[in-house]
Amino acid sequence: MLRLEGVSAAYGRIQALRGVSLEVPAGSIVALLGANGAGKTTTLRVISGLLRPTGGAVYFEGRRIDRLPAEAIVRLGVSHVPEGRQVFAELTVGENLILGAYARRDRQKIPADLDRVFGLFPVLRERRKQPAGTLSGGEQQMLAIGRALMARPRLLLLDEPSLGLAPMVVREIFRTIRRINSEGTTVLLVEQDANLALQVARFAYVLQTGQVVLSGPAAELRQNEAVRRSYLGY
Amino acid sequence: MTEGQLLSLAQQVVSGLSAGSIYALLALALVLIYQSTDVVNFAQGELAMFTTFIAFTLLTWYGVPFVPAVALTLVFAFVLGYLIERIVIRPVEDAPVLSVVIVTLGLYSIFNSVAGWVWGYVPKGFPSPISGGTIRFAGLTVGLLDLWILGCALVIMVLLHLFLHRTTLGIAMRATAHNRTAARLVGIPVGRMLSLGWGLSAVLGAIAGMLAAPKIFLEPNMMAAVLLYAFAGAVLGGLTSPFGAIAGGLMVGVVENLLGALVATELKAGLAFFMILAVLVVRPQGLFGTAYRRKV
Ligand SMILES: Nc1ncnc2c1ncn2[C@@H]1O[C@H](COP(=O)(O)OP(=O)(O)OP(=O)(O)O)[C@@H](O)[C@H]1O
Ligand SMILES: [Mg+2]
Repeated sequence: MLRLEGVSAAYGRIQALRGVSLEVPAGSIVALLGANGAGKTTTLRVISGLLRPTGGAVYFEGRRIDRLPAEAIVRLGVSHVPEGRQVFAELTVGENLILGAYARRDRQKIPADLDRVFGLFPVLRERRKQPAGTLSGGEQQMLAIGRALMARPRLLLLDEPSLGLAPMVVREIFRTIRRINSEGTTVLLVEQDANLALQVARFAYVLQTGQVVLSGPAAELRQNEAVRRSYLGY
Repeated sequence: MTEGQLLSLAQQVVSGLSAGSIYALLALALVLIYQSTDVVNFAQGELAMFTTFIAFTLLTWYGVPFVPAVALTLVFAFVLGYLIERIVIRPVEDAPVLSVVIVTLGLYSIFNSVAGWVWGYVPKGFPSPISGGTIRFAGLTVGLLDLWILGCALVIMVLLHLFLHRTTLGIAMRATAHNRTAARLVGIPVGRMLSLGWGLSAVLGAIAGMLAAPKIFLEPNMMAAVLLYAFAGAVLGGLTSPFGAIAGGLMVGVVENLLGALVATELKAGLAFFMILAVLVVRPQGLFGTAYRRKV
């Protein structure tokens, strides 16, 4: 469904990705692991069109997308839940969700999708009229995911959904991610918490200073000596 | 204080509100642009003047009836504002603040001199559906023109509010002003929203200019003082809050008029600004603003 071929990217003169190749099959959850500054966020930014790669190619459902503007990529069915949530803090929860559907043409289906999001995250329904900035961290993460779902993505890019959240909230969010996936949305999950990621993902890639240094089925990586030492902590 | 003096004060408040509503419209235009692009548009007043001259030309040179002339002018203003953002502002968006200031000052000077060249510097009357005349209301004699200006400005503010809060496009414009990265991620074409914002601001300016012109006469420098008061209103209100811009603009108008009547006409501008400085010393973010935050 998604394929990166030798993707390089840079911020000015800082080279952040050096020839990253990876693949996300339709229907799966794939994890992207790596230490701080490895290039995980940069990879997602390239896929969603926030950053133009300096080399390589990105294909989504067979179509090359690395030259498209971000709004065109959303319209194709790729939604990015960014690092740090990036909800529209001054806007209400309802307005945030409505904007999630901005790129869609089938406006009459929006109420049904709102109901679906409220079904996944009931707390958002209660907070509908509240400015998003007043939500707790966990609720903001739910809103960021809900907003992305409003675009009806076929591929969901999640950047560290567990960051800074209490374990109970993290469990709830990961349960929901599994459910979203089982309802048909493919997921590319970036996580620092490799334990967590390898539990939900079927396949994983490990990035290090902008390169894929390791990849394999999640079960295999859990047994891998180097992964255990560097990322799992046992 | 005698009853007569009280009444005259009340009258000053009403004409202050009328002047203030024009400051408020222009302050709103400034805030809309500042919020979304961090640009302080010094050309806002000249754009208003220039578009008012367009209306004047349609009305008196080509004999277009009032309502279509106003409508055409608003369309012209929108396109002008839209194109200015797209062609002149976008390329300097990431330039140092001072470069952007120079660009908007350059626009100021261009519109001012072109207007002088085309229409000359002799002040011209501008027609208004409501002109002279007064009504008496609760013992007050109120100018109909003042009421008309205030009423139109309030209607425009309500319409703007509804647009920004009840339409998807308006909500998307607010979202873009607050968080561009997130706006791009949900598929909002950010560039187009910024152009739209400038177009909308130019429309607000055109309305302010056309409302003010019957009162202060049409000439290339008519908006200089108005812009200064609008800035004062916007800053007083906090630069980041549309509501603050309206409240600030109205307050500046009222204070300016009251001080003119109570103290000395010569001092009213100075005193009004003294008051604004005093507010800013106590509350640097303005009365309704939030503390400054940088956009990503
Ligand atoms: N806006 C930027 N400007 C310059 N360099 C950047 C920028 N964003 C990231 N980098 C650099 O690019 C490299 C990759 O960063 P990236 O954010 O992709 O890492 P990450 O794997 O997401 O890390 P983290 O786990 O901390 O989120 C790092 O060396 C980082 O310093
Ligand atoms: Mg990151």
